[in-house]
Amino acid sequence: MISWRAIAAILLVTGPALLAGEIPPDARRSGYAFMGPDTRAMQDDDTANPGMLFVLDGEQLWKKTTGAADKACADCHGDARSSMKGIAARYPAFDKALGRPVTLDQRINLCRADHQQATPLPYESRDLLALSAFVGHQSRGIPITAGDDPQVKPFVDQGRALFMQREGQLNLACTNCHDDNFGKRLAGAPITQGQPTGYPLYRLEWQTLGSIERRLRSCMTGVRAQAYDYGSPELVALQLYLMSRARGLPMETPAVRP
Amino acid sequence: MAALINVPSKARRGEIIEIRTLTSHIMETGFRHTADGTLVPRDIITGFVCRYNGAEIFRADLFPAIAANPYLSFFTVAKESGKFEFEWIGDNGYSSTASASITVG
Repeated sequence: MISWRAIAAILLVTGPALLAGEIPPDARRSGYAFMGPDTRAMQDDDTANPGMLFVLDGEQLWKKTTGAADKACADCHGDARSSMKGIAARYPAFDKALGRPVTLDQRINLCRADHQQATPLPYESRDLLALSAFVGHQSRGIPITAGDDPQVKPFVDQGRALFMQREGQLNLACTNCHDDNFGKRLAGAPITQGQPTGYPLYRLEWQTLGSIERRLRSCMTGVRAQAYDYGSPELVALQLYLMSRARGLPMETPAVRP
Repeated sequence: MAALINVPSKARRGEIIEIRTLTSHIMETGFRHTADGTLVPRDIITGFVCRYNGAEIFRADLFPAIAANPYLSFFTVAKESGKFEFEWIGDNGYSSTASASITVG
């Protein structure tokens, strides 16, 4: 007979590691695993992946001087292949001056304001997407570690609460699809785990590259909720939680999705 | 505009090779309206030409129903070493070129 003490010990060991509804690390799968062979082939071939067009544009922007300071990204950061390697895998990251986490898009605009004295690039503009795709591409294959910094813990928790929060006229939370029903289909499309491994990514439906914030806002509109604004603390927290939830999965930027 | 070209760098004489091209373009159809009802003017690539050492080997006309960032793939016979030149032309005087070289042994 198993003693109650033994059962209690097992519960103590497994309990805190795995919160209800969450996907264990070895069962985490990128959206890539849910795609058809044609879309996978498109992502895998760098001369067929339309996201690479934005990476090429980003490479040009990296070297181009801009703003009143007449400086290029490369003037401070040098060769992105070494200086930006692994950076996107740990974003959103804590900014000490602001006392909150910032996304890669926000970091690019902070750099523009502080060091280049240039105007911020609008969210989803071609130049911002190109720069973040170029920076993100340098982390391709590197496992995600965002959210490991203890300073961002409260923001990860906020993001998790938002992920679990039912909202909109359809009264659905992110978790209802992406934890509880991944692998099934919503209309014709497979439901993925919502692992943000390849942002900014090329969505065939959009016919362009898009950020994770665009994706999150589409989901919110889908459940008939009022979407948070680009750059809002809620979207940053959600993005941070999603990245921490994808811990260990390799980056794919720029990914292709249907 | 950025373009991605995939031409084999080496080929045997007489070998059939695949050429793949991808270029940046919004391919705005000219059928869409903004939220306030104004028509978004058409802005598409209308034509593509590929020349192999100056001789035209492939030409395509493009139309509004073609998706953004058009991808074209076609085949040719590797006859001699040299250069492939690609040209895209479109609305509003759009023109973009790219090239790739091949060694035929």
